[in-house]
Amino acid sequence: MSDAPLDHGIPNPLREQPDFAIPAPLEAEINELITHYPQKRSASLMLLHAMQEHFGHVSRQAVEWIAAKLELQPINVYELVTFYPMFHLKPVGKHHLKVCRTLSCALGGSHKLHEHFCRKLGLDPHAHGAQTTKDGQFTVEFVECLASCGTAPVMMCNDTFHEGVSEKKADEILKQCQQQPSP
Amino acid sequence: MPQEYRQILKYADEPGYTPDIECYLRHGGYDILRKALAIPPRNLADGRIVTGPDHLRQEVMTSGLRGRGGAGFSCGLKWSFVDRKSGKPIYLICNADESEPGTFKDKQIIYKDPHQLIEGMAIACYANDVHLAYIYIRGEFAEGAKILNRALKEARARDFLGENILGSDYDLEIHVHRGAGAYICGEETGLIESLEGKRAYPRIKPPYFPAVLGNNTGTRIVSISGHVRKPGYYEVEVGKATLGELINDPAFGGGLREGRKLKAIIPGGSSAKVFKAGEKFKIKRRGPDGKDAEQEIELLNLPYDFDSLIAAGSMSGSGGIIVLDDSTDIVEALANISEFYAHESCGQCTPCREGSLWMSKALQRLTHGEGREADADYLMKIADNIPGGRTVCAFGEACSWPVQSFVAKFKDEFVARGAADEENRTRRNAGPTAVGKLPASS
Ligand code: SF4
Ligand code: FES
Repeated sequence: MSDAPLDHGIPNPLREQPDFAIPAPLEAEINELITHYPQKRSASLMLLHAMQEHFGHVSRQAVEWIAAKLELQPINVYELVTFYPMFHLKPVGKHHLKVCRTLSCALGGSHKLHEHFCRKLGLDPHAHGAQTTKDGQFTVEFVECLASCGTAPVMMCNDTFHEGVSEKKADEILKQCQQQPSP
Repeated sequence: MPQEYRQILKYADEPGYTPDIECYLRHGGYDILRKALAIPPRNLADGRIVTGPDHLRQEVMTSGLRGRGGAGFSCGLKWSFVDRKSGKPIYLICNADESEPGTFKDKQIIYKDPHQLIEGMAIACYANDVHLAYIYIRGEFAEGAKILNRALKEARARDFLGENILGSDYDLEIHVHRGAGAYICGEETGLIESLEGKRAYPRIKPPYFPAVLGNNTGTRIVSISGHVRKPGYYEVEVGKATLGELINDPAFGGGLREGRKLKAIIPGGSSAKVFKAGEKFKIKRRGPDGKDAEQEIELLNLPYDFDSLIAAGSMSGSGGIIVLDDSTDIVEALANISEFYAHESCGQCTPCREGSLWMSKALQRLTHGEGREADADYLMKIADNIPGGRTVCAFGEACSWPVQSFVAKFKDEFVARGAADEENRTRRNAGPTAVGKLPASS
């Protein structure tokens, strides 16, 4: 048996985000969000969103921090991260391409679009689940209906919707991402 | 010929119409809220007092307004179920989780005319003594959440929200709550769990049997997608257009593409039972003599309203019409739908969690050359055993209906696909490459 830690998707706290710290503006935002609810626990999802927006993913430290803040057990928060598909425990690419695979988009060519991205980025078009390029720049993933079925095929690049995405448009999106200066 | 009749989306797509409050106010925005808050209490002869909120609720009840969700439930009736005597706070939640595949109407309102939503909520809140309300918006609408937050801020600054709104003594706060990519949050009790910071596990709720329905009123936004020339959202007067008109009229879907024929219609979001082109239905309708008589109606002549579609064995559900032409591989289409439901089952109930997955797996093998002739019956058997009170929520029905209807109406295609796969396998196994291999296990 190897000494490698078992990976159940639960990040090793010693390796992960050793420099975890909540900057003051984020904490202020979080405190404000908590006031929106008669019970603290209700703020869980909004806090997870705030964390993910700031750090790019939800680390174990973030889960534990939220739990302490809302006076919950870490499992109460952790089980949300594993239930709701939008939260991820590990970093994803800087540009997260989410292609809709549901019926109207499938009829409109979303499988071709997904394949196109995979080929361009050197990923496996037939692999299941999200894939990230080695340089950590792109993640490509199939997602379910994005409520824009009239303009199939539809996708999102991070929080931005792109509709009626032809291969040409797809290439433009990739180019735009690549031209973005690194933060 | 029916045309679009825009009420909710009256301004949304007008050139120059912007989502800010100035623009909304220029178009008469918040006038109705102002009027609603100003309704004076009335004294009845027997000494009782009808307050402004009482009056509003009565008005909604008599208007016949029905919910625009799946069931078309009477809005006034729903409000009448609220327990106002317990003294517990009453909350209002706007379900903006828009997640039924084939549906993209709410997005238009949220992104293009957010103040209309806020004003509507404020009036509903006032009518129901609500002082704290939430907009539960699906997580992917991150931009939409920003737009709503901006609009809420504007409304607060203009005294349409907050304390003592427009000097009326009425207080209301509205907050945006974001979901995070789970379809089941669209189910109302799942949504509430999610709002409380938990997994969106639906709760068991008592069944409601609406007693007196029938009149349709107002407009409805229909989303048309799939194989039509002009996919899009169209606001129509409820019941004024037929399914055929919505699909074929130049004012709406604009018909199928060149050289294509209709194969099937999913009339109300992806969980609605599919219609096969050419189907006919026997439906009770009021004739010119005022008597109800059974009439034979062709699929495309079905009026697109709640009751007609139910009478035809499906539903108008979320108002999402998905059109499939004769280029569609019907087995692939169902495999796609079933994959969605297998992915989205919340997992609480065994029949739903396992059944939706089994159906999806059987369809995956049918679309990957590994099918069996008996798969059609196998699928039907699973689908028949999920719904009917065996699950906590209606998702059990939602994942079964597509399978039951697709397999029943296109059975030959499912059987043929499985049979062809079996034949190919036999041929492969008998061929020269199989020499020396163990016989395929049964
Ligand atoms: S029917 Fe399905 S989605 Fe609904 S509660 Fe049960 S497992 Fe969850
Ligand atoms: S099916 Fe792709 S957005 Fe709805």
